[in-house]
Amino acid sequence: MPQVKEIFRTMDYGPAPEANQDVIAWLAAKKDGFGHFIGGEFVPSKDGAAFDVFNPATGAKLAQVAQGGKAEIDAAVESARKAFGPWSALPGDTRARYLYALARLLQKRERFFSVLETMDNGKPIRESRDIDIPLVVRHYYHHAGWAELIESEFPNHKPVGVCGQIIPWNFPLLMLAWKVAPALAAGNTVVLKPAEFTPLTALAFAELCREAGLPAGVVNIVTGDGRTGALITEHPGIDKVAFTGSTEVGRIIRKATAGSGKKLSLELGGKSPFIVFDDADLDSAVEGIVDAIWFNQGQVCCAGSRLLVHEAVAERMHAKLKARLETLRVGDPLDKATDMGAIVDAVQLDRIRSLVEQGRTEGAACWQPSIAVPEKGLFFPPTLMTNVAPAATIAQEEIFGPVLVSMTFRTPDEAVQLANNSRYGLAASIWSESINVALDCAARLKAGVVWVNSTNLFDAAAGFGGYRESGFGREGGREGLYEYLAPAWEKKAEEPAPARKVDFSVTPAAETPAVVSGVPRFDRTAKLYIGGKQTRPDGGYSYTLYAANGAAVGQAGLGNRKDIRNAVEAAGKATSWSGVAGHNRAQVLYYVAENLEARTDEFTHRIASLVDGNEDAAREEVAASVRRLAFYAAHADKYDGQVHSTRSRHVTLAMNEPWGTMAICCPDEAPLLAFVSLVAPAIAMGNRVVVVPSPAHALVATDFYQVLDTSDVPGGVVNIVTGDRESLAKTIADHDDISAFWYFGTAEGSKEVEQRSTGNLKATWVNYGRAVRWADAQQGQGREFLRRATQVKNIWVPYGE
Amino acid sequence: MAEQVVKIRAASTAEPVAEPAPASAHGAELARNAGTPLKPEWFDNARVNLSAVDRRAATLMTRRTVKKEWQAAWLLKAITLIDLTTLAGDDTEERVARLCAKARHPLRDDLVEALGLDFELKVGAVCVYPTMVPTAVRSLKGSGIPVASVATGFPTGLMPLRLRLEEIRYAVEEGADEIDIVITRAHVLEQNWQALYDEIAQMREACGKAHLKAILATGDLKTLRNVYKASMVAMQAGADFIKTSTGKEDVNATLPVGLVMVRAIRDYRELAGFDVGFKPAGGIRTAKDALAWLTLMKEELGNEWLQPDLFRLGASGVLGDISRQLEHFVTGRYSSADRHAVA
Repeated sequence: MPQVKEIFRTMDYGPAPEANQDVIAWLAAKKDGFGHFIGGEFVPSKDGAAFDVFNPATGAKLAQVAQGGKAEIDAAVESARKAFGPWSALPGDTRARYLYALARLLQKRERFFSVLETMDNGKPIRESRDIDIPLVVRHYYHHAGWAELIESEFPNHKPVGVCGQIIPWNFPLLMLAWKVAPALAAGNTVVLKPAEFTPLTALAFAELCREAGLPAGVVNIVTGDGRTGALITEHPGIDKVAFTGSTEVGRIIRKATAGSGKKLSLELGGKSPFIVFDDADLDSAVEGIVDAIWFNQGQVCCAGSRLLVHEAVAERMHAKLKARLETLRVGDPLDKATDMGAIVDAVQLDRIRSLVEQGRTEGAACWQPSIAVPEKGLFFPPTLMTNVAPAATIAQEEIFGPVLVSMTFRTPDEAVQLANNSRYGLAASIWSESINVALDCAARLKAGVVWVNSTNLFDAAAGFGGYRESGFGREGGREGLYEYLAPAWEKKAEEPAPARKVDFSVTPAAETPAVVSGVPRFDRTAKLYIGGKQTRPDGGYSYTLYAANGAAVGQAGLGNRKDIRNAVEAAGKATSWSGVAGHNRAQVLYYVAENLEARTDEFTHRIASLVDGNEDAAREEVAASVRRLAFYAAHADKYDGQVHSTRSRHVTLAMNEPWGTMAICCPDEAPLLAFVSLVAPAIAMGNRVVVVPSPAHALVATDFYQVLDTSDVPGGVVNIVTGDRESLAKTIADHDDISAFWYFGTAEGSKEVEQRSTGNLKATWVNYGRAVRWADAQQGQGREFLRRATQVKNIWVPYGE
Repeated sequence: MAEQVVKIRAASTAEPVAEPAPASAHGAELARNAGTPLKPEWFDNARVNLSAVDRRAATLMTRRTVKKEWQAAWLLKAITLIDLTTLAGDDTEERVARLCAKARHPLRDDLVEALGLDFELKVGAVCVYPTMVPTAVRSLKGSGIPVASVATGFPTGLMPLRLRLEEIRYAVEEGADEIDIVITRAHVLEQNWQALYDEIAQMREACGKAHLKAILATGDLKTLRNVYKASMVAMQAGADFIKTSTGKEDVNATLPVGLVMVRAIRDYRELAGFDVGFKPAGGIRTAKDALAWLTLMKEELGNEWLQPDLFRLGASGVLGDISRQLEHFVTGRYSSADRHAVA
């Protein structure tokens, strides 16, 4: 050890190890291995299967953990099911006390959990101590509050049931908190699987659940690898699956749960842009980058991994960045002065290495500082890749390591274009001292979280979650709770939707049309309605619609995949609809209502002729449709966002944004009312829609485009493609340029839609073949529709001069 | 970036320098900041984001720490960086003489011995009012400890420029090695950079061989952009040091303000090729405060700024706490203030 007088000359930092003897003693006491936490007891796997868990910084074995199989998942789900009844029946105030106790107990053991997390995961103790664990505590506090308020703040909602939760290894205990706290607050019970690399803090948390006196079975923790996770997602006793992890596995889970009726939230990968404008505080932006990509060794789903920097300041920015990298300290995660610890596992380290190598091969310049990196253990130096083209693999693929790729832009438009040039849309960071530049950019980015002049800020009161292939659903805040709640009526609607058999035969019908007063009625041609124009179906085919009494009523176009393609393109072009003020959209919707009411008789006859001849019911349906249009017209400028209460001197804006292009398949019940009930909220929120009406009642929809035409609805906002709903739904589900898809049809169709939606991971809302009582104001309208028609973008704006 | 700096420096040394650089108190040769013409383009577009600066400042000390031997060495280093200061209305010659004695002998002998030091431990300078300079010079004779004097109508500077310059010349004539001047805050608040530049340039001229430390009184400037701009103008006008506060403003040296000033020093180094020193002053009371400032310098500017020719801590009370912490390191027991000599 150097002497004081020598250090006086070198002025080095010395070692500053965090003590870990308490954790070592805790692990030693479990040297026979950890069991699963099921029904409030720790139990080994029935078949005795187990695996080892290592400290990535040293390679030392930390513990042996049980590998959960079918028997364990069955037992855990059963225990959660048993606990669900009494737990969900508790007053929110009582559940709040348990969550409060968890928050307090965690807080009293902050250092223990920090040290354990760092040993298991390899992240620096500074991060687990100052970021992970305090956020965990905050999450339980915050959700203790939601438990207290759940009945008053979420009337007409109920818990979903038993939640299967699968979490990643990068923020083990924090991701557990993000899953468990809202689930419990809303009255659900959980079966959670921690990542196989990092299960230890979850198991310590299980002990805490016992300490808090949480009723047995409310929280069940089953350890294991991907196979165990698959057993959870496939288990019929699970009502909801929440997953955080890779987009690849997210897709598998979407497929596996398709058609099961399980509620699903996915928080997946990202390639988040970090945009530095020429008027940014560059030194602060450099620190932002350190917090963006060299936080947790870059193993962060929302890591700012793509630096987009204005050409005018790129050289200075790179120089400052390189100078800063020379002062980063990589090494022992338990050392209090370590900036970057170990990569979680050799598999991950190999992936980082190979992607960096590929980047080099594709022509990028790779720069690493001359700082010391330990030779033993799984370490990778902070890395800057410049000369990267947007087309390069490393510019598109998530590396999930401490590697920053840098690209330049010339104008704000180009910055936005480059930023959005990604399959992902999780987060973004914008650096500019101009409020105009920053907020304009924030509004245009396709990302669930946008940090202005900051990065990687989290808070339990703010929603977190992605756009596009970064997943759907939010965690945190009011928006996050909806993932663990269901409308109170939802499961009561068990009756299957009426299925009306439709003959899509394209040959001439056997029936002759009705003759009025001895003169044949003029033949009417219903077309598709695309881009504000009446269009013949691409295939040139039509099918015949029949009245309930069997009489042929007329023909509708038999749309095909190309018609869907054209409709999606038209919708994609009608972007101005999303940009206008809610007031303008309200005016248009009121106008639609006005014009529909004026044509009440016509629609009454049409509906009655196609449904059951009951004119009174049809007339009431038209009236209800007019009221529904007015309801959403009224909402167009009122379903606004929130300013979350996160940190002091921060405005955290939760903005409800439209998806952009949505698709809607309408059910066979209430042909006009269902059509209006689905289309109106979607367009009120600024979406442009591609609608497939009920095939048996398509002429109601084609009549409706005449209403649209006379009501100032801009072309492309509503596109109607008639035809075989089931085959068109497949094309829609497969289409990667549709962001959300509401399908109301058959059970098989629902499953097919969910299965096929994995291409771009579009958000789906399906009815699983169940009927909806559209006339019922509880079921047929309301905020649930508006919530489903939007996604929440959280924009963090710190302020102060 | 390192290459670029070297290049600029080579170019700048070719230019005529205002005067030959004196050897610094600790022997290392350092090119004295010759200043530049007023160049508003270096700071007009300065951007400083308060929240981001606050975040960096707040995490500096959570990212870095020194323990045991390292902490002891760093605390000893801090002692050598202190401008031991008395600037009170009740200062007397005796009081100043006592302070000077403490400056020569900042730490108890037994602790010095236990710490195994092989050099004479002394503070960076003694800082007094102009009328106390003769006493300080006399008391510090032979110690090698420079005498610093405040001047220019300290602490507000609201005195005719002619008198302020005269005050500098008086202090220098009496033997002050360093002059801590205060700027006219109005020039910053009115963004009259030319007036600020001219004032400091004249003060620098009046200093002659004595080094000039420009006190920006950041507590009065309020915004961090003002702090950055004033820092840049002071350096362009030839300040050898930029200093945060007089100790008399409502808000004294804070880490965010320090961060902005050292970033300005870094930018100036890149642009002009000169190293300028930094002195936080006011509010530095504990050993922990001192370590935070040292960490800031090391992280943002490097080890060169951990030497007294480029870094000073303006403080009067911190020595007591440092002494207690060093005794704790030596003995393992928590110490009492009474066990260490006051000034």
